[in-house]
Amino acid sequence: MSPAGTSASSRLGDIAGNANVVNDPAQLTDYGIGGKSPGAVVRPSTAAEVAEIVKFAAAEKMAIVACGARTKLDMGFAPSRYDLALDMTRMDRVVAYDPGDLTLSVEAGVRLRALGQMLAEHQQFLPLALPFLVQTTIGGLVASGVDSPLRQFYGTARDFLLGIEFVTGDGVAAKSGGRVVKNVTGYDIHKLMIGSLGTLGVITRVNFKTFPLPMRSRGFVARFATAEHAFDMRNRVARSVLTPLTTEILSPRVAELFESEAASRYESAPMPAGVISHSEWAVTIGYAGNEEVLKRYAADLGRMAEESGATGVVVLAENLRPAFNRKREFIPIAVESSPAASIVKISVLPARMREALDHAVRAAESNSLPWVAMARGLGVIYFALLPANRDEVTEVRTATATDAIHVASAELSGHSTIPWCPAEWKSKLKIWGLPRADFAQMQKLKRVFDPYGVLSPGRFVGGI
Amino acid sequence: MDSRLLHDLKSLLGSGGVLHRPEELLLYEYDGSVEVARPNCVVFPRTTADVLGIVKLANQYQIPLVGRGAGTGLSGGALSRKGGILTVFSRMNRILEIDIENERATVQPGVVNSDLSAAVAHAGLHFAPDPSSQKACTIGGNVSENSGGPHTLAYGVTTNHVLSMEVILPTGELMQIGSAALGAPGYDLMGLFVGSEGTLALITEITVKLTRLPEAVKTLLAIFETLDDATETVVEITSRGITPAACEMLDGWTLRAVEAYVHAGFPLDCAAVLLLEADGLREAVEQHAEEIADVCRAHHAREVRVARDARERELLWKGRKNAFGAVGRLSTTYYVQDGVIPRTKLPATLRHIDAIGKKYGFQIGNIFHAGDGNLHPLLLFDARDAAQFRRVVAASDEIIQFCIDMGGSITGEHGVGMEKDRLMPLLFSEAQLDLMRRVRDAFNPGGLLNPDKIFPVSKGCGEIHVRPLPLAGAPLA
Repeated sequence: MSPAGTSASSRLGDIAGNANVVNDPAQLTDYGIGGKSPGAVVRPSTAAEVAEIVKFAAAEKMAIVACGARTKLDMGFAPSRYDLALDMTRMDRVVAYDPGDLTLSVEAGVRLRALGQMLAEHQQFLPLALPFLVQTTIGGLVASGVDSPLRQFYGTARDFLLGIEFVTGDGVAAKSGGRVVKNVTGYDIHKLMIGSLGTLGVITRVNFKTFPLPMRSRGFVARFATAEHAFDMRNRVARSVLTPLTTEILSPRVAELFESEAASRYESAPMPAGVISHSEWAVTIGYAGNEEVLKRYAADLGRMAEESGATGVVVLAENLRPAFNRKREFIPIAVESSPAASIVKISVLPARMREALDHAVRAAESNSLPWVAMARGLGVIYFALLPANRDEVTEVRTATATDAIHVASAELSGHSTIPWCPAEWKSKLKIWGLPRADFAQMQKLKRVFDPYGVLSPGRFVGGI
Repeated sequence: MDSRLLHDLKSLLGSGGVLHRPEELLLYEYDGSVEVARPNCVVFPRTTADVLGIVKLANQYQIPLVGRGAGTGLSGGALSRKGGILTVFSRMNRILEIDIENERATVQPGVVNSDLSAAVAHAGLHFAPDPSSQKACTIGGNVSENSGGPHTLAYGVTTNHVLSMEVILPTGELMQIGSAALGAPGYDLMGLFVGSEGTLALITEITVKLTRLPEAVKTLLAIFETLDDATETVVEITSRGITPAACEMLDGWTLRAVEAYVHAGFPLDCAAVLLLEADGLREAVEQHAEEIADVCRAHHAREVRVARDARERELLWKGRKNAFGAVGRLSTTYYVQDGVIPRTKLPATLRHIDAIGKKYGFQIGNIFHAGDGNLHPLLLFDARDAAQFRRVVAASDEIIQFCIDMGGSITGEHGVGMEKDRLMPLLFSEAQLDLMRRVRDAFNPGGLLNPDKIFPVSKGCGEIHVRPLPLAGAPLA
């Protein structure tokens, strides 16, 4: 480290303890983003320490990236400057859990899976079946804004986030919301933190509403020869009085992905046989309830599948988990199945999904890019481009294809982004999609929360 | 008021679109709360272009500007605290688009909440947020206040049902935020603007999600001999993980007031009732309702009635939704609080509210969203008596302080407005409030839009800004 760096480390050591400051270059590369490594890593253990560190960094104009399990640092741009990684994993305390109130307050570094185990002891859960579930931290899942199959019924974190405590770029320990299930006191600043990739604040504590664990759940899978048939089934379910917990439409070749080596790294139990096929589309629907409700779902879904021309249906019970977990981990499985995977996230009105997908498929195939897709019933499609090579030709093809998808999504009154792609392609790919009319408003917010531009600079939309 | 501004407003909106005589303005100096503030003029835009013109004039004349829907608010959010132009959206009441297939609707802000649900009922859909004032209140107002309602327990509040908006910033910029497709890239501006109490922008169009009506509904009325039995029932329903579609509580006093008005057949001799609802698939609702009834009986409910048909159900709900009006028949004024507490603290809090009522000598009625822990104690008083007014505010403050001590909050759905601004320091430090002020100033830099709301006007608590109503026959100011 440079002499300036040494004095910074010494100050950081004063704040967080020398044992919690990392300068070893080998360890620093573990915190790398897009090939950039920080000059130091510090592991705070309290919000007060975080505030001190941020104040110090702001005074020294040092750029900070807060991180947890570091599973989703590839989202967004690499930071334009990266002096300090703030490793939040020591802040892993459950501050309060009131099973009787179904509310929870946890520090940002708490791991989602450990939390899930604690909640399960009280027959409760957080409906966040997110990718990288085993490692992911609460702060990371909020900052990255990733969604889960359960959004069909429960919504996203936005819908059950009650409050947040965070440190702004000028070192103010701020908060928004509270720990009651209904609250309109002050601005809903906590919603701004979701998906902001750490550019507005360092999240230190998160309050959630918890939910009773559904007792008996099932998975219904129907296979179809074409996308048209599959989306017809989706539309029938949407028009019905059924309120399933999950609804996904899977393209052909997802089966291949789910049987891959990569998939087994995320779920060791094998994919149940004969559920989805390599050549067909599938609609997968999760539901829960008492015995009568389960029977009703199976009957109604069976009828709708038949009316939509299904070639086969399966109801999953004990063997639901290995299939569901693969669906949950679709993104990492897809990313690991190609040396140069790009995941395009397309949002359109639900009834326009098939059109959006048609455009995406044409864009991929006209550029000779292999693809697979998983669409959520509410209108979000994860379209994965999975080329065999990571070279310049493929980069150009991927850029051409994704540009076309962005335009097509916009024409369908929707939008698309590229949350995952090879780091060195980010200058060519429009990872945040087309320019937005409200960009100037976002810049205003950035200036309020991070006046010195030290929080994850450059990572967000438009290089915010 | 500046006669040139009046002239310019009339040129923009026609003379039928501008009110300025004192007797006309009187109707717009209040809302559903006890707050009073008179605008200099009231304008009625019909189009987005009209609103843009109004914003430009407000800037040109440097005069405050406040948006207002039906004026049913309960915290003075839509009152002109510093005078100026009150922009009433009641003539921007068109439903612009209904998209059944995608379960979306786009409306002007002045569309009445229940009118939207009525317009989509034929397709088995509704707009889920259902404030008790839903037959009058507007969707623009719901969005500004992030309104709740009895069924938000299961369905979520307004912010969970709004996708995109056309807004006009107080600086005169017209823009679209959010997206009818889920999850617009970038910061969640929708999340920030919904519930910002009209301090960040005026809203000219709103795209909302529509929700499918449930196949079956069962409404239960559980009757209790003691308040504690009723509140303990709520605690157990919550902790057992039963989520009713609604869980409302009315205490005996309120119930008698309601029954005298609505004649819904409520029992007159009980201490409290719970109005509970289960909805969903037929196969689930039966069992769900039975579980709820079991908990009620385990907590000594004298009787659990089940509405036999839609008519009986509507009657029960009519009683609940008209309760504030019913209380209005008994008292010239009431002060309604909106504190929220963790639901397990319900029994202790209700006991405490009762003690505060006795201590100050006020009749307090309780009718509230028990399942959410969102209290609505109504303190009956005579606003013509200034000393009583001060005491009622003091009693309310004690209730709010207790809610905070229980780990709760000062407002669950009514908003801070000009009523609870002085209480904000009880929850937020000066630095935290300052951050929120900076957010406001980023969009509302001159402070012309809805000034002196949400944030304490002067530092510290204790300043009472509400003023008593004028005595009958007193001259107009």
